[in-house]
Amino acid sequence: MRYLPLTSADRAEMLESIGAASVDDLFVDVPAQARLPGPIEGLPAHASEMAVERHMSALAAKNVSAGSAPFFLGAGAYRHHVPASVDHLIQRGEFLTAYTPYQPEIAQGTLQVLFEFQTQVARLFGTDIANASMYDGSTACWEAILMAARVTRKGKAVLSSGLHPHYGEVVRTMAKFTKDEIVSLNTELTAEPDDAAVIAQIDDKTSCVVVQYPDVLGRIPDLSAIAEAAHAKGALLVAVVTEPVALGLIEAPGNLGADIVVGEGQSLGVGLQFGGPYLGLFGCREKFVRQMPGRLCGQTVDADGKRGFVLTLSTREQHIRREKATSNICTNSGLCALAFSIHLTLLGGEGLAKLAAVNHARAQAMIERLGRIPGVEVLNEAYFNEATLVLPRDAREVVRELAERGVLGGVSLGRLFPVADGLHKGLLVAATETTTAEDIETFATQLEELLVGVPA
Amino acid sequence: MTRYFTEDHEWIEVEGDLGTVGITDYAQGQLGDITFVELPETGASVTKGDSVSVVDSVKAASDVYTPVSGTIAEANDALADEPELVNTDAEVGGWLFRVTLSNASELESLMDADAYKAYVESL
Amino acid sequence: MNAVNASGWRPSMGEAGQAGVPATSSGDYGLMLEEPLSFELGADGKCGVDIEDADRAPMGGLSKFLRKQMPDLPGLTEPETVRHYTRLSRQNYAIDLGPFPLGSCTMKHNPRLNEKMARLPGFADVHPLQPVSTVPGALEVINELAFWLIDLTGMHGVAMSPKAGAHGELCGLLCIRAALDARGEERHIILVPESAHGTNPATAAFAGFTVRSIPATPEGRVDLEALKASLGPDVAGVMITNPNTCGLFEPDMKAISDAVHEAGGYVYCDGANFNAIVGKVRPGDLGIDAMHINLHKTFSTPHGGGGPGSGPVVLSEALAPFGPLPFTARTADGVVHLVEEENASEFDHTQSFGRMVAFHGQMGMFTRALTYILSHGADGLRQVAEDAVLNANYVLRMCEDVLPAPFAKSGPCMHEALFSEAGLAEGFSTLDIAKGLIDEGFHPMTVYFPLVVKGAMLVEPTETESKAGLDRFIASLRSLAERAKAGDESLHSAPHFAPRRRLDETQAARKPVLVWQG
Repeated sequence: MRYLPLTSADRAEMLESIGAASVDDLFVDVPAQARLPGPIEGLPAHASEMAVERHMSALAAKNVSAGSAPFFLGAGAYRHHVPASVDHLIQRGEFLTAYTPYQPEIAQGTLQVLFEFQTQVARLFGTDIANASMYDGSTACWEAILMAARVTRKGKAVLSSGLHPHYGEVVRTMAKFTKDEIVSLNTELTAEPDDAAVIAQIDDKTSCVVVQYPDVLGRIPDLSAIAEAAHAKGALLVAVVTEPVALGLIEAPGNLGADIVVGEGQSLGVGLQFGGPYLGLFGCREKFVRQMPGRLCGQTVDADGKRGFVLTLSTREQHIRREKATSNICTNSGLCALAFSIHLTLLGGEGLAKLAAVNHARAQAMIERLGRIPGVEVLNEAYFNEATLVLPRDAREVVRELAERGVLGGVSLGRLFPVADGLHKGLLVAATETTTAEDIETFATQLEELLVGVPA
Repeated sequence: MTRYFTEDHEWIEVEGDLGTVGITDYAQGQLGDITFVELPETGASVTKGDSVSVVDSVKAASDVYTPVSGTIAEANDALADEPELVNTDAEVGGWLFRVTLSNASELESLMDADAYKAYVESL
Repeated sequence: MNAVNASGWRPSMGEAGQAGVPATSSGDYGLMLEEPLSFELGADGKCGVDIEDADRAPMGGLSKFLRKQMPDLPGLTEPETVRHYTRLSRQNYAIDLGPFPLGSCTMKHNPRLNEKMARLPGFADVHPLQPVSTVPGALEVINELAFWLIDLTGMHGVAMSPKAGAHGELCGLLCIRAALDARGEERHIILVPESAHGTNPATAAFAGFTVRSIPATPEGRVDLEALKASLGPDVAGVMITNPNTCGLFEPDMKAISDAVHEAGGYVYCDGANFNAIVGKVRPGDLGIDAMHINLHKTFSTPHGGGGPGSGPVVLSEALAPFGPLPFTARTADGVVHLVEEENASEFDHTQSFGRMVAFHGQMGMFTRALTYILSHGADGLRQVAEDAVLNANYVLRMCEDVLPAPFAKSGPCMHEALFSEAGLAEGFSTLDIAKGLIDEGFHPMTVYFPLVVKGAMLVEPTETESKAGLDRFIASLRSLAERAKAGDESLHSAPHFAPRRRLDETQAARKPVLVWQG
């Protein structure tokens, strides 16, 4: 077995040194009836690299990869070009095979990266501080609601109808058990986001309002107005960013009054990977730092006075506070945070702005072209790289038929909101810098054919 | 003025119906460098034995229980910038909060200085 | 295997500034390279990605939302970026450099085939919301891994979406809550042994339960009688780590499960230590109702400096109906389906407690774990557990004469050897041994955990270490124990040869500096 360095002779010698007759002597605490007599049934014996690669490659080949077809999906996961150096660097063994930096003297590489990452996220979000990442955007969103409840000592969270429905599901699932009150609003096909409806729900019991920016239909809420209304009632504004590239073009939520900004960082440095691993971003005002969930890396000095970094404020965390911890989270998303950070370092602020401008331009080209198809309406007045079309027929069927024609043509609102009424004709389409003019033309041609003769 | 002690290593010094509470010098020595003190809100009504404050060191977070019931009258805001006062001056300048006693008879169950000294030596 | 120091320093080089070691003008020393922050290196306008200009201006509707200033993020060109991160990487210790015997963390070799497979475009470049007709292979990976996890644990079902061990714990407890709700019972207490991982009580509280601690016996096991005495109509269940955090198998596990079941509760097992028994023992045979499996431990998906993890939860027949959405299911025709909110009823899964994550879980970790399982096979996995346990017992027996092993007399350990600091010279502690190991070129073991042993040192060598490698580690550990017993003051200032000396954690926590202030 290529991964096991002990030889049979080693094993025999070691057993003799420790005075055991056989390895079974080491399992004496396991009751005999619970011990398996031999290798577990069903699973084949060990296999060579070549054989395993053959099996896995065959499974991979059954999937249509995003890069192999005209591709227009978004809805919380975006296909961007990841520079080659990102993947090379995260595969350095010193990053890939290191553990959580609990021994800071020999983990300064990881720690400095986390410190740089926190600074980048804070600057991108316009918040004072940021943590060292969380599982993903949806769990970061739930953690933000819990934190807002700790800060305000109130327990009612208002979710905008523009929040990604899966994020809303995660929040509602968790809240069932914590007894937090969650107010959800119904998503409707309107050109403007539901700012007014959100504001109308804020009262003295409200701990926070949760608003996605841009929202799940690609619309852009007026965060300043919502922040003002929330603050007037002693509530916090939690802004959720599922497409961080947007912040190269539109204003950072922290600069618009958001108290906590969370997001999904997958767009930068991390591939689509069928949904994970991704990374949750989490930034907030400095005065909330002791209520923050997740790991934090802080600057300090070593015994020689040299600058160095450590994990800090760990008394908030589960391994010390146990049942009084701010969160039960133990792991962050270190390697994805590294990829995010490298990609953002390669881009810089100007590169990010340029990238955002290209994304927006491609989206405009896409929306203009698709909007010319008879029967297709464009919902949004404003969008970044993703917008909602209203088709003359069920969008879910259209997406399936497009797939048969070799086009991955967006995400139907029927898939995203399976139980909601009145959304089934909605189609969410995204473009990024990877989208070509030919892709758009192929998509438009195929969509047009599928809609021929359908009454609007 | 009389000073009382608890088995959880809080001290309380009472003047009239106002008690000043902190952790003992022994306790701060056990905790090591104090990095942060979470203080109660003024006006909060508390019951003897409630956890009303938390003292953090690098590796531990310790609850501080109020030795008496009453209303929080004041918190030591100096600790926000200088939590190390709990280390350097635990039983004077490193006090945590003041509480207006609602039931002075609760003091009877606490230890005096000699009893606390003997208690610490027994640990 | 060569236990080199991560910094590139050989101990024979001594310390800069000491007699005979001249200071350099750069501040670097040979391969020991300092590295500033990217913010100190970067310049506005520098960019490591060539991006074309946008061919049109922002749409009118966006004008009121436009950013007033560029984000203040200096960029770097590609060579500068590669150098920055490569230099930083060299300040890390890693499994690829040498033994990483961090107890309860299972730091084993990360096979590179796993990385290669996870990067196949058919897995890496697939969107989670693509039409299911375009992702049958991805669903098969999830389903195949789920199948083997069930096979290896003897359980009934598995929830694949939890993103890490603690998230898996939460999943298991939410299943228990949902099952109790379905029974119409208000049980609110979870029993947790005092030796448990800190995540256990944190998770129980997070899920709305009240935590009650149960004591350990002097032999480091759960006190069965105390546990039985704590059971009652208000007890929802128990969270047990088995093998436990003292590195011991709980021989009464079945009796514990039976007692808990009889009292109407459920048994959650923390599977962090599954590596000791994988392929040898099936938790399902011990009466366990739910157990998370850290794919980043037992099945070797990389730790990556702290995540991403992945924590699928295997479930008993009693709890499986309450597992979260989405999941995969294979029908008789061989087709693997994605079961989500809308089609859950078609798959008879209407009692789910809900959704835990936005998409389907850690697919990138699933491909790696499946690759690992297929590579090892039934015989290889069994050998993994046997070698991991043999290596730990070898360390235990080769060091117990110089370092007290509090539970060694009660028999062999599983995959972790536990020592205590008792017997070191006055003023010397576990911390000194740990920092001394850094100078010796090793990553320290887990220290001060479990809490039930004062000054605990928990050594988990894993099956990855060769005998020769273990002998070198043992020689270093013995030498450090002897130095600490003899009162060698130089240990107090260790490490001497790492990129940094001991760091001031008090300053970091008192006045937190969490972002660059420049």
